Amino acid sequence: MIAVQDRKLALWNIGVAYAAFLIGTLCGLLQVFIRNDALQLPAWLDYYQILTAHGVLLALIFTTFFIFGFFITGMSKSLGSFGPKVRLFSWVGFWVTLLGTVMATAMIVAGEASVLYTFYAPLKASGFYYVGLALVIIGTWISSFALVGHYRVWRKNNKGQLSPLFAFMTITTIIMWIIACLGVVATVVFQYIPWAFGWTDTIDVELSRTLFWFFGHPLVYFWLLPAYMAWYVIVPKILGVKVFSDSLARLSFVLFILFSIPVGFHHQLTEPGISNFWKFLQVVLTFMVIVPSLMTAFSMFATFEIAGRKNGGKGLFGWFTKLPWKDIRFTSIFIAMAFFIPGGAGGIINASFQLNEVVHNTLWIVGHFHITVGTPVAMTFMGLTFWLIPYLTGRKFTKAMKMLGLVQIITWSIGMLLMSTSQHILGLLGAPRRTAYSGYNNHPSAMEWFDGILTNHVTMAVGGSILFVSAMILIYIVVMTMFLSPKAVEEKDLVDFPMAESDMSRTPKWLENWWIWIGLAVLLIAVAYAIPLSHMIQHAPPGSEGFKTW
Amino acid sequence: MHLHKYEKIWLVFGIASLIVFLSVVGVSAFSQDHTPAGGMETIDPKKVNETAPFDNPGVTQLDDDTYQVAIVALAFGYTAPELKVPVGKEIVFKVTSTDVVHSFTIDNTKVNMMVVPGRITTKSYTFEKPGTYLILCNEYCGTGHHMMYTEIEVYEE
Ligand code: HEM
Ligand SMILES: [Cu+2]
Ligand SMILES: [Cu+2]
Repeated sequence: MIAVQDRKLALWNIGVAYAAFLIGTLCGLLQVFIRNDALQLPAWLDYYQILTAHGVLLALIFTTFFIFGFFITGMSKSLGSFGPKVRLFSWVGFWVTLLGTVMATAMIVAGEASVLYTFYAPLKASGFYYVGLALVIIGTWISSFALVGHYRVWRKNNKGQLSPLFAFMTITTIIMWIIACLGVVATVVFQYIPWAFGWTDTIDVELSRTLFWFFGHPLVYFWLLPAYMAWYVIVPKILGVKVFSDSLARLSFVLFILFSIPVGFHHQLTEPGISNFWKFLQVVLTFMVIVPSLMTAFSMFATFEIAGRKNGGKGLFGWFTKLPWKDIRFTSIFIAMAFFIPGGAGGIINASFQLNEVVHNTLWIVGHFHITVGTPVAMTFMGLTFWLIPYLTGRKFTKAMKMLGLVQIITWSIGMLLMSTSQHILGLLGAPRRTAYSGYNNHPSAMEWFDGILTNHVTMAVGGSILFVSAMILIYIVVMTMFLSPKAVEEKDLVDFPMAESDMSRTPKWLENWWIWIGLAVLLIAVAYAIPLSHMIQHAPPGSEGFKTW
Repeated sequence: MHLHKYEKIWLVFGIASLIVFLSVVGVSAFSQDHTPAGGMETIDPKKVNETAPFDNPGVTQLDDDTYQVAIVALAFGYTAPELKVPVGKEIVFKVTSTDVVHSFTIDNTKVNMMVVPGRITTKSYTFEKPGTYLILCNEYCGTGHHMMYTEIEVYEE
């Protein structure tokens, strides 16, 4: 068990994550009913206000706080208890992030920031919305530096040794995150804030979009890598085996530092201001992440096979039936992985240069991120939550909670299958995303979209409702394991943090030489961005004034 | 570093497919001009209505086989009078915005253009079937975003 103070820190992070999850999923429920005209909003509430809250609270806030809760627990477990400075800075980071969250949320509620979580200029929200978002990022930097400090102390005391796999992966994720945030910090601090407070008159729109997407794509890897950590480090332990290959795991992670950043143009394929050459170059770089993804898939299946055979599985696929399907800690993550197969395939389509035109900004994209971040990532976090909170509170993970966990995972899967399938098909038919109910004045083309068995107005609403029920079951589990479940007094009831052993004897030392990876990342970023970005700045048109169109 | 034999096969196969795939995408993009909407032209967003071709929005015939369609997007509609173009001819769409970011998206086609103030987005497209097509905005632009649409009529000559 880790130190009490470290547990408290982790629990506060996880608690805020689930508060955001509660409000965010409620927004999701409202959205599906507004979209099919079953719900009329009062005049003071707007669809896009709700959608902004949904995107910010789930994609940015739930994920970030949960990730730090997970990192803090795992770092304390793998490297030892935090020192006083690390602890202090972790708290400062937590409070700054929370302050930013509250500020941004207050602006959304006040109707001063219905600009969605991507806040594209020249839609102009209240300056405090941007300040809030900046504080969120700065808060995560403070928390990140605290963890880096903890890691450096360990390195100093363990000269010449490779760090434990969990710590290595945490530091990899943090390095990627800090580099990625430079883009959004630059645009928010130097463009949005001065403009929103009226210190400058205009904003360079295309530049702000480009800096945003410099951050926006690695953001998705910031969500995904902690889920991968669970897959690489936690799952083998649950299955009773070691990490399949320590060096492979580390290599795949550092490749993510290299290939997750210089690729933001794939979100800007259909817009002006970037020439086709640079768009295509970043498309090629985007596809490089397939390499570490294939490595991860291989490691996972190898782990499953080794574990299944150890349990007596025979024949080509017999091992599959011998996996611990009744263990919700495993089943949840397995289903999360399964969702990532169509999720990843969809991503390949989205990034494929000219194919992007077919799906860009349609409901297909909404379907896509609900089966990437909304399920593989979120469901892995759910699977971690089941035991992580009891581990931190010292309470039991009771039989009843295990049963409920299973119900929760199954309902989330069914709800998501219905909602995302419907969204994928609607998108292919041409239905746009980010829209309240609209039939475009009963235009026949728009009427056709909603005519199918899976694409009618009911399917998405049924899916969304099941999802919401599932989310509430999860909140119940969180509240129980946090405050109400019986304390574990006997040894056998104590919940463990399953962290697999990893054989580092053959892992090359250069994998942990961060300067190599940071250097290569900077080089790739320079290749991908320097020329198109400086062209964009030098040939900028007159800037735009702000608009409040809501 | 040690790699399992099957892992090597798996990675070699994966990387080889990746190379083939990217080559197909790249060759089709650049040799056959299958590139997404874009363009490097800029414009003063406050002077759009005085700047050609947007001072005279709508359809203009450029030569026997090419037409240009100039459109200004603004919250929440398009200044696009009488959009009528022939089937089977190259149509060059040019779009810009006088306020926020929008899109110019024609349903059932590959015309899906982001419209950014200060920039001109260009896309050329040839309609294969006559009919009335729905044009809509699929980039969030404010309260009326889901009401922002118009139509284009494609006629047989
Ligand atoms: C109860 C569960 C959920 C429901 C019913 C739901 C429903 C929806 C719907 C209907 C939209 C699209 C609205 C539109 O484009 O007009 C949407 C957007 C979105 N959802 Fe969810 N969702 C749920 C859970 C999640 C989760 C867990 C995440 C991520 C962790 C997530 C992330 C997002 C994001 C990022 C958007 C895009 C927001 C934007 O376009 O600005 N959702 N959701
Ligand atoms: Cu991306
Ligand atoms: Cu719009």
